[in-house]
Amino acid sequence: MSNGNLPEQIVFRIRRFAPGRDKEPVWKEYPIAYEAGMTILDGLWKVKETIDPTLAWRASCRMGVCGSCGMLINGKAGLGCNTQIAELGTAVVTVAPLANFPIVRDLVPDLRPLFDAHTALSPYILRADTAEQEEPTREYYQSAEQMEAYLQFSYCIKCACCMAACPTCATDPVYSGPVALAQAHRYNTDTRDDGFEVRKEVLAGEVGPWRCHFAGECSRVCPKGVDPAKAIQLMKRQLVADALGLRKKPPLAQPVEKPEGIERRPGIPEAPPPTV
Amino acid sequence: MEKDRRHPNRLGIWGWVGGGSWGPDRYLYTLHRITGLGLLAYFLVHVVVTSSRALGEGAWEASMARVSGPLFVLGEYLVFVAFAFHAINGLRLFFAELGWGIGKPIEPIYPYRTCLDDQRPWALGALLLIAVLVVVGALDFFVWH
Amino acid sequence: MRDQKLWTWHLAAGAIILFLLGLHMAIMHLDALLGIFNPAGGHPIDWANVVARGQSLAFTVTYILLLGAALFHGLYGLRNILFELDPAPPLKKALSWVLILVGVGLFIFGTWAAWVGHQVASLT
Repeated sequence: MSNGNLPEQIVFRIRRFAPGRDKEPVWKEYPIAYEAGMTILDGLWKVKETIDPTLAWRASCRMGVCGSCGMLINGKAGLGCNTQIAELGTAVVTVAPLANFPIVRDLVPDLRPLFDAHTALSPYILRADTAEQEEPTREYYQSAEQMEAYLQFSYCIKCACCMAACPTCATDPVYSGPVALAQAHRYNTDTRDDGFEVRKEVLAGEVGPWRCHFAGECSRVCPKGVDPAKAIQLMKRQLVADALGLRKKPPLAQPVEKPEGIERRPGIPEAPPPTV
Repeated sequence: MEKDRRHPNRLGIWGWVGGGSWGPDRYLYTLHRITGLGLLAYFLVHVVVTSSRALGEGAWEASMARVSGPLFVLGEYLVFVAFAFHAINGLRLFFAELGWGIGKPIEPIYPYRTCLDDQRPWALGALLLIAVLVVVGALDFFVWH
Repeated sequence: MRDQKLWTWHLAAGAIILFLLGLHMAIMHLDALLGIFNPAGGHPIDWANVVARGQSLAFTVTYILLLGAALFHGLYGLRNILFELDPAPPLKKALSWVLILVGVGLFIFGTWAAWVGHQVASLT
């Protein structure tokens, strides 16, 4: 297969670590044959299949929606499945586990600090009518404009690339990080949610957005265009307004009553009963 | 209890300075931090040195004489430059970190536009203003005196 | 005070400093260009100019305001940087207290110097 200007062979330089065997991570090099269109993930599979079957990493969907394969590629955080070897333009591709998380093994980071920070900020709809939440009978009304206020931030796949790029996360384990904070803002801005006061209790302290200094690296590396930096600055505005007593509580989305006097058109079947 | 066999992997201060990802806004952040620390260090000493005016003309002239050598003048110019950067970039950050000038939430369509792209004109404007102040300051410090 | 309030103050102090320190820099280092608040001519740090500014109560009060804002802004910023380096909780508490003491101490000292300087200037 002709590759044009692209090389026949690429060297994968991978940071390996086996607990119990290695005291420190070591770099190992693996030359593999290159074919046009190979992603980093394809390269890792090639290494595992043809050279070293002990190489470990996380991957699942291989199409940029599950967030499993976050890793440092030539020093920059990104998804292995989304990154073409050709776009890197280097003959040696350096692959390392995501920074700022403990390494379990090879390219597998321990993401529990992320999950803990995320959970602590109640990343779900909080509202008083829990009966309706548990056994929904109708929709909550939300206009397109109201949805646009948080839609972008809802695309987060929790791949943790932003956490690896964030300069504050590089030294500070207490800071919640871009994922948790952007998701807190996603729910605070959702008109169906009434949990601002609950989340504020957590956000007002040192785990909140106060150690974000707008370096913007999180938004630069985000593979889904979530732009967590934008969410965090918008959230700071809300929290500062709240500190000054200037925050106006937005109206809560209300359930919509089924419209009265609507005739079902002939020939359209009823929806099947809910199975959940 | 299972022994913790994970390997720590935080970047540390290297993560402040570079960390492998080299966006321009990161450098504005790093410089803002360095100039802030420099200004603070100077300021703490400055309060003590200038307090000598409470003790009259003699004490004032003596303390000013101590800080008037060419090395001090250069140092003061660097403080002026640090101020120019920290203040103007700080003004930009004041607005940006309160959510102004960073764009509205959008539907992310590849290639993604981020708040950094919306901020870029403000960052460039700030750098231009800083450059003007640095040049004017240099003229005042070294040429017009 | 929790960081939500402290950071709001940090921002407000920054805005105050931008204006007042900008004025101070203009007086001290853009004197050849602007020549403001240096009525005796010559260098801004000549005793005559120091006295001229010191005689003004408004100047004295704004110096004290600048002192307070700058101490808070700078020391809170330093606290943020130090805390980001993840010190142990007892060290965090100790650092907070040291910074508060340094800030309050320098503020009292600087206010004294400004006030006495105002008295001295008024008598000149």
